[in-house]
Amino acid sequence: MSTTASGAFVRHELVPALPAPLAERGAIRFAREHLFSGPLNIIMTVICAALLALALPPLVRFLLIDAVWEGENRDACLNAAGACWPFVQAKFGQFVYGFYPIAERWRPNLVYALCAILLAPLLIPSAPFKRLNAVLFFAVFPVLAFVLLTGGNLDLRSFLLGRLLNWESVTGISRFADLRLGFWSDYAISALILSGIVALVTGLIGATARAAAYATLTGFVLLGIVLLCVDLDVGLQPVETRLWGGLLVTLVVAITGIVASLPLGILLALGRRSSMPMVRFFCVIFIEFWRGVPLITVLFFATYMLPLFLPTGLSFDGLLRVLVGVTLFAAAYMAEVVRGGLQAIPKGQYEGAMALGLGYWQTTGLIILPQALTLVIPGIVNNFIGLFKDTTLVLIVAIFDFLGQLRAAFTDPNWASPVTLYTGFAFAGMVYFVFCYGMSRYSLFLERRASAGQRR
Amino acid sequence: MVDRVVGAPRPASVSLVNNPRIRSLAVQIILVLAIGYVGWSFVENARANLAARGIATGFGFFDQTAGFGITQTLIPYSETSTYGRAFLVGLLNTLLVAGVGVVFATVLGFAIGIARLSSNFLLSRLAGAYVELMRNLPLLLQIFFWYIAVLGALPGPRQSVSLFNAFFLNNRGVIMPEPIFADGAGTVGIAFIAGILLTLAIRFWARRRQMNTGQQFPVGLTGAILILGLPLAVFAATGAPVSFTLPELRGFNFVGGVRIIPEFAALLVALVTYTAAFIAEIVRAGVLAVSRGQTEAAYSLGLRPRPTLRLVVVPQALRVIIPPLTSQYLNLTKNSSLAAGIGYPDFFYVFAGTTLNQTGQAIEIIAITMGVYLTISLVTSAFMNWYNSRQALVER
Repeated sequence: MSTTASGAFVRHELVPALPAPLAERGAIRFAREHLFSGPLNIIMTVICAALLALALPPLVRFLLIDAVWEGENRDACLNAAGACWPFVQAKFGQFVYGFYPIAERWRPNLVYALCAILLAPLLIPSAPFKRLNAVLFFAVFPVLAFVLLTGGNLDLRSFLLGRLLNWESVTGISRFADLRLGFWSDYAISALILSGIVALVTGLIGATARAAAYATLTGFVLLGIVLLCVDLDVGLQPVETRLWGGLLVTLVVAITGIVASLPLGILLALGRRSSMPMVRFFCVIFIEFWRGVPLITVLFFATYMLPLFLPTGLSFDGLLRVLVGVTLFAAAYMAEVVRGGLQAIPKGQYEGAMALGLGYWQTTGLIILPQALTLVIPGIVNNFIGLFKDTTLVLIVAIFDFLGQLRAAFTDPNWASPVTLYTGFAFAGMVYFVFCYGMSRYSLFLERRASAGQRR
Repeated sequence: MVDRVVGAPRPASVSLVNNPRIRSLAVQIILVLAIGYVGWSFVENARANLAARGIATGFGFFDQTAGFGITQTLIPYSETSTYGRAFLVGLLNTLLVAGVGVVFATVLGFAIGIARLSSNFLLSRLAGAYVELMRNLPLLLQIFFWYIAVLGALPGPRQSVSLFNAFFLNNRGVIMPEPIFADGAGTVGIAFIAGILLTLAIRFWARRRQMNTGQQFPVGLTGAILILGLPLAVFAATGAPVSFTLPELRGFNFVGGVRIIPEFAALLVALVTYTAAFIAEIVRAGVLAVSRGQTEAAYSLGLRPRPTLRLVVVPQALRVIIPPLTSQYLNLTKNSSLAAGIGYPDFFYVFAGTTLNQTGQAIEIIAITMGVYLTISLVTSAFMNWYNSRQALVER
């Protein structure tokens, strides 16, 4: 039984689809849709293309093609139509280290290297040993950097007893391996006495006296180790901070500002959400005050007003004053970032912790902060970018950061040429852009990672 | 319920240290005492330090002769004026650059933010590149760039770039024709204000009429005619009381005309371009926050694209845009203090710079400076909060 007539054509396969019309695919379609979809769009495209054509070729010519790449002094650049890169080359040391003694520049280099080695694994989410890494970066590295950059050997004189009575007359000015016996005996006795007082007080009000005393003593021992590091003469030549400059100062101010403001900011944020009215009041006043004034007034405050508030005769370093100002300022902004994270934690987390019998500090430290801080890491990075850009303001209080060194370099008659200014600005712009853009990309990456769970 | 058996021992009382009320009271008392002690020791130290350095205290310096010149003054000022007068001049200069900056930054920021959302590939990428470039360079670097590399590189007065022989651009700034107001010029101003008031009244009336009858009234067109036409009519009727003196090159400089000093121009351009990048991002986020469903719903109700944008999308986007926009306005005002870097005589430069140097009264001057910026911040944010609450969603 046959159902098909012999010889009739029956198709068993579909005809392969024709390719889409030329105008509906590839670059042409893209151009039609995104560049020339209507009269207004065409005008926009033409204007933008004209702008690009006007701006890009001269820029490339200035930076690369017409640029001068070699030379000893201004003569090489006097008739140049492009960037004078030998200027940057000659001033590179000044831009990076300021007037840090040339023989000692291995020290900032070592600090840079240490910072990079410790920071890189901290920033890569999949790298192991995060806790150890964080302790190394936030606790050990600052002490090490301080000793390396300043030379350490602070020659500490007196602690509590020295303030209260004439302790040095008891111990004499004897030293042991360059450490003043007066200070260290003072420190040890003060630590013991204070731990005793803490034990006594906690015992009187019915708490566990021994634990409190141990905790105090541990704190003193840790502080003692830090003080020992900065007090010890490690044989490095001391370098005053007024010799520091350039990128070194920029990074020192930015990193110190962010690292020191983090704990202060967390405390302020917690205080602002506290149930105690006085604590809340002071925290709100502090935060709103620093956020309401420009950074430059804060720097003036730290430079000119702070010394007046301190006991007569106690003067401290110009860079340190700026660091204090920047830290207070950054802490207020940090507090608001952290507060955002705290507000994002659902109430159930607090109630769960309470149901488990955890106290305030346990709840905060073990349940709330780990979640809140993870949430606000992108905000912290953004804060850091802002602070990094704001470090340029220190030049107004006569501390020569990278931008300050750039301005100083402009005045050098050896390199005065028509293109020096533009070369300097191009170089500085590229440096700042690379730092800030890199950080903002990183913050975006973190944000995307954090929201991976919510993505559809 | 189980009643306690009479005579049974009371449960051991909780130790005082674990009583939350006592604890919180103790913590607060300790905090207040500690802050009070720090404050007291600051005052004591300051008193000792000031006495040791022989620095006068108090606000008497406000009445003393300042003795320094200021390159841009909006009110009469000379070297024989007092520090108080210098304070006012500086404050007005700050408000001038901040006010003008806010207007231009808003316009430029909205334009760039909308450009970033454009379907035109080139335009949106260009706007994106602008935003990234501006946001990632320090403001002070940009101010220096405009001041030193752009304005500083302009030709001298004799080789000025001129426009219509009335506007001149050179390394001493921008020189423009100066308006001279004759009698009757005040009437033009009054007519302008009257036009604005009339427009507001018409808008109020038109809204009520539309609510009651549904009939619309071309408020925009009438307003434009009133605000522009009324002063023009008065201007013509009073016999054109405003004339201009053209700047003239005499010797090495210009005579006549108004000069915009390069410091002002550099600071303004840098502040505007920098802040506009941040505003652009805020605008973009605000528009993207209005869901497509809103536009589609408006279309299905029969609204045409323009009313949809005006009545549905923009009010909702503004709700998202305004709070962060406020903080950008505040940032611009605070950033105007960077004028100190190039010597624009703003409040900070005149007061915390020159006056502090001459009088040495650091505590009073820095406290007043911080107080002024704090006041500007608080007033701006109070105003924007009021505006925001008007824009906010009225919930049932």
